[in-house]
Amino acid sequence: MKLRVDGLSVRFHLPGADVHAVTDARFELREGRCLALVGESGCGKSVMAHALLGLLPGNATVTGHARLDDLPGGGSLDLVTAPEKVLARQVRGRLIGLVPQSPAAHLTPVRTARSQIAETLRELGRTGESADTLAERAGLSPRDLDRYPHQLSGGMAQRVANALALAGDPPLILADEPTTGLDRPLVDATMAELRRLCDEGRAVLVITHDLRAAERVADEIAVMYASRIVELSPAEPFFSGPRHPYARGLLDALPSRRFVPIPGQPPELTRLPDGCAFLPRCSSATSACERQPPLHAGPAVNGQVVNGQFVEGQFVEGQFVEGQPVVGGQPALDGQAAGNGQTSMSRKVACHHA
Amino acid sequence: MLEARDITLSFGRHRVLDGVSLSLRPGEVLGLAGPSGCGKSTLARVLALLLRPSSGTVSVDGTVVKGWRHRAPQRTAIGLIFQQPRLAVDPRFTLLDVIAEPLRAARRPLDRAHELAEELGLTPELFGRRPHEVSDGQLQRACVARALVLEPRYLICDEMTTMLDASTQAHLVGRIEAYRERTGAGVLAVSHDAELLHRWSDGNVRDWNPAPAPARNADPAPAS
Repeated sequence: MKLRVDGLSVRFHLPGADVHAVTDARFELREGRCLALVGESGCGKSVMAHALLGLLPGNATVTGHARLDDLPGGGSLDLVTAPEKVLARQVRGRLIGLVPQSPAAHLTPVRTARSQIAETLRELGRTGESADTLAERAGLSPRDLDRYPHQLSGGMAQRVANALALAGDPPLILADEPTTGLDRPLVDATMAELRRLCDEGRAVLVITHDLRAAERVADEIAVMYASRIVELSPAEPFFSGPRHPYARGLLDALPSRRFVPIPGQPPELTRLPDGCAFLPRCSSATSACERQPPLHAGPAVNGQVVNGQFVEGQFVEGQFVEGQPVVGGQPALDGQAAGNGQTSMSRKVACHHA
Repeated sequence: MLEARDITLSFGRHRVLDGVSLSLRPGEVLGLAGPSGCGKSTLARVLALLLRPSSGTVSVDGTVVKGWRHRAPQRTAIGLIFQQPRLAVDPRFTLLDVIAEPLRAARRPLDRAHELAEELGLTPELFGRRPHEVSDGQLQRACVARALVLEPRYLICDEMTTMLDASTQAHLVGRIEAYRERTGAGVLAVSHDAELLHRWSDGNVRDWNPAPAPARNADPAPAS
C-alpha cells in the first residue's frame, strides 16, 4: 500500500478570516517506511493528520488529493473525496490506525484496558483475535489489561493506545505527537515501538515537534512551516546538513547544537504573505523571496541503503566509499537504483537560495 | 539562598517526598533531572511556597517560611513557570491581563507588563488575544513574562519547554538567562531532559533517582 498526498490544502473559514492550515502538501509514503512531519506548534501538521482521517470540523474545506494506492484488496481510494460512510467503515482503524496525543487521556477512565481493546476488536469485526494476543503484540502482559487507565504507567498507557491502533491490522499508522509530555526514556521506547511497526512492513507517519524523537525513527523528514512543507529529505543527510534556512535554524536551536533561537515569530495563518513566509526571519533573504518558492528537487544525494538506513557515499571503481557524497547532476527518483547497487535520493526544498 | 531541608510530603498514603533537601544560591542555575513521577514537580511547588510540606523547612534568604500560598509574604520573591501553559492561565484573560495580574495583585503600575511582553517577542496584536486564540509557544511566552513581572529573586522552571519546539525553547531559556544576568536571580530548572539541563546550567545538574519503593502505590509496574 502507498499513501500519495498531492496538492493537499486545508482552509478553515472563520467569520472575517480564512485560516490557511495546510497549503499544497505533496509527499509519498510506502510500506516499511517512516516519514516524520516536523514543525512548531500551530504550523498545520496536526491538521494534516486530521484531514487524512476525515476528522476535520464542518468549517474546513479540503482540496487536492490524498490517495491510498495498491490497497490490500486491490484498487485505490482518495481520502479527500471519500464519503463519510467509506471513511468510517473502511478507512479508520482498518486502513489507517491512529496513535493519539497523550494516550492516557485518550482512554475511557471508567473501563479497563481489556474492555476497551475488546470493544475495538468487536467493532472492527475481528472476532478471531482476542484482546490478550493483541496486547502481547503491543508488548503488554495480559495481566496489565485488567487495570483502569489511572493504574497504568505512561509507558503502559502508550502500549494500550498502540494496541488499539493495531486492532484492525492497518497498513498505515498515523502517530500525532505520540510523545508529548513523556520523559526521554519513554520517548525513546515509543519511537522504537513505531520503528518496529514500520519494520513489520507498515507505513508510519509521525507528527512531532521533537526533532530528536524524529531522528530516532524516521527514514524521511518533512519540515512544515506556516502551512507548507518547506523541506523533504531522507533523514540522514537532513540531520547532517539541512538545506532550508528554517530547518537549519530549528536544528541550530537544539541544546546539543548551538542552542540559539530563530529570530522573530512565525506568521499568522490567517495572513500569510504572497512570497516566502520565512522571509522576515531569514538572514539570506533577497528580493527574489517575494515570490513563493516552489518545493523543487535539489541535486541528488548519492549513497546506498545499508540495513534499511540510507548512507551517503559514492562508488569508486565498484567499491562503496562512505561519506563524500556526490552532490550535483540530475535528481534521480526516490530510492531508485542508479546502477551498481547505488541509490540516489532527491531532496526537495522550497527556497530560492538552497 | 532558597533552601529546603528534610522535606517530607504525602498525598494520602503515597509519600511523594521523603526527607529531601535542596538549596539554590542567588545567581546560580541549578538543573534538577529525574524520570516522570519521581516528585520533581511536587518539590518545585514546595519551593515556590504553593504546597505546605508534611515536615521539613523552607527558608528564603535566611527567613524560615511560616505561611504558605497567599499567607506567605515571601511568595512573590519566587517565580514559577509550569509545564502546560493552558492549564496555568485563566481562559477569560487576555495575554496582557495574564502578564499584568501579579502587578494588579501587588498594586504596582502596569506599564512593566507591556515592556516584558515585547521583550518576550509578543507583538502588540497578540496582547488582546485570549489563550484559545494563540499557540502553546505564544502562551508560554506570556507565562514567562508573568513569572518575571514582579522581579522574583528565585525562578523555578518546571518542565517549561517540554511542549515546545526547539526554537521557542532556546528563545525562552535565552530570556531567562538575560534576566538572571541582569538581576542575579537564582534559577532552578526542572526537567527530564538531561541534555537541556546540562547545556543550560553548564553541568550544574542534580540527578534525582529516588528509591522506587515507597513511590506511588497506584503505579504498580515501573514505566519502561
